[in-house]
Amino acid sequence: MAAEQSMQTPATASGDTRIHNIGYRSYDGPRLGRGYARLSLYTQSLRGSYGLGRSVKSKVLPMLLFVVMCVPAAIMVAVAVATKANDLPVDYTRYAIIMQAVVSLYVASQAPQSVSRDLRFKTVPLYFSRPIETADYVRAKFAALASALFILTAAPLLVLYIGALLAKLDFSDQTKGFAQGLVSVALLSLLFAGIGLVIASVTPRRGFGIAAVIAVLTISYGAVSTLQAIAEVQSSGDGIAWIGLFSPITLIDGVQSAFLGATSAFPGGVGPTNAEGVVYVLFCLGLIAACYGLLMRRYKKVGL
Amino acid sequence: MYDPTVARLTYRALLGRRRALILGALPLLLIAISLAVRALAGADDQTAADVLGGLALATMVPIIGVIAGTGAIGPEIDDGSVVYLLSKPIKRPTIIFTKLIVAIAVTMVFSAVPTLIAGFVLNGNGQQVAVAYTVAALVASIAYAALFLLLGTVSRHAVVFGLVYALVWEALFGSLVPGARTLSVQQWSLAVAQKVSGGDLVTSDVGLTTATVLLASVTVLATWYAGQKLRSLTLAGEE
Repeated sequence: MAAEQSMQTPATASGDTRIHNIGYRSYDGPRLGRGYARLSLYTQSLRGSYGLGRSVKSKVLPMLLFVVMCVPAAIMVAVAVATKANDLPVDYTRYAIIMQAVVSLYVASQAPQSVSRDLRFKTVPLYFSRPIETADYVRAKFAALASALFILTAAPLLVLYIGALLAKLDFSDQTKGFAQGLVSVALLSLLFAGIGLVIASVTPRRGFGIAAVIAVLTISYGAVSTLQAIAEVQSSGDGIAWIGLFSPITLIDGVQSAFLGATSAFPGGVGPTNAEGVVYVLFCLGLIAACYGLLMRRYKKVGL
Repeated sequence: MYDPTVARLTYRALLGRRRALILGALPLLLIAISLAVRALAGADDQTAADVLGGLALATMVPIIGVIAGTGAIGPEIDDGSVVYLLSKPIKRPTIIFTKLIVAIAVTMVFSAVPTLIAGFVLNGNGQQVAVAYTVAALVASIAYAALFLLLGTVSRHAVVFGLVYALVWEALFGSLVPGARTLSVQQWSLAVAQKVSGGDLVTSDVGLTTATVLLASVTVLATWYAGQKLRSLTLAGEE
């Protein structure tokens, strides 16, 4: 300020104006570019999915669900070790199916957290003022939620696996089961993350997004299992497998019982045959691709 | 106790724009499923009771209740626009009561009416199944709306807690721990339905007297406490 004044005093009355150089410099450091921005968005979203870097209150729910997800696995391991059982009480592939309520709640609470707030506070245009494109934003968010879900569903499997090895169960058998379980939960994570994000990206209201995601997941499961139960009573056994295509969790169940050596949770315990299993896999991958496509379409024009 | 302007605003918040369509999708799905079941299995009283009990009363009514109950007040508190309402010379309990009436009406329209239609589609109201479950849905609507409206004033994460109650407590614990069923809106409303149907298709673990007393007291207490909560509301910033 002082420098400015001292420079102003000798200004003549001839009306000339000057722009003073007060020492602002342009940035000449390294520019980290698109890839770095995408990676940052991914890490931030992934951390945010577990409430890291956010307030204490928003850590409670994801951490609680994580604990609820892992505790039954720990109990099963403890029982298996204590009773010297020959096998774990639950298959690796079956675990996520049993705990589907927790997984659904996690998706429902974290998918809107990830995208709805950006819409509501109109921060999306700010993201796109950085060197990232629509595809980067969508991929980062999709990958972050899928990774968060994978952590949630794979952690209890890891607990089971370590416990099984500690209980001196057959190594090759357990490793095979563990690997199959990991493939199945990876598929589940991608599918659930896609569905959750597509629904959540439609509404800027967090509460409404949560209810919509949970409604889609539970109602579709309720509807499918009701229809399957009725089809079983009517003994039209081949119908059961086809009905299972229409809800995310039975879709995963079908895929893993056809190809990943799981026993099906369908009524009657009859999973899809190999031919039907191919349809299941294609349908599942198609659904994930469709979710990605819908998200890309959604963010093509958002806030612009 | 009832303010028409508040009611109109709440209706618009709940059903405005495309929200009515999304709320309407659930009941339509229920009716579509019952058409499919009827076509697959024909008219059967047990099947009808299973579908209405498992899908309509156990899943659809709580979800609609959560959306309507928390949606009546939650978003307003969330974005802070509730201060404009609170600064008007309207009693806070009146605001809550009006919002409760709206939430109850919305829940009833979107859950009880489709239940009745689905019941008639499924077995033409054989053994009073359709009417019984409709009564249950009506009764449950009142209690759920009051309960979730209270949650909306208490917590920022009302929807999650409401869903945890509806899906984890009632569905999961209710099926594992028999004691949890005594404290479940669903079982209370089933007790009323049991009285209506008179048959043994609709059963509840709770006696009728207990159920009505608990229903009434939960509704009244939740509404009263929500009014108290609104009197001393503190607005917090987004975390």
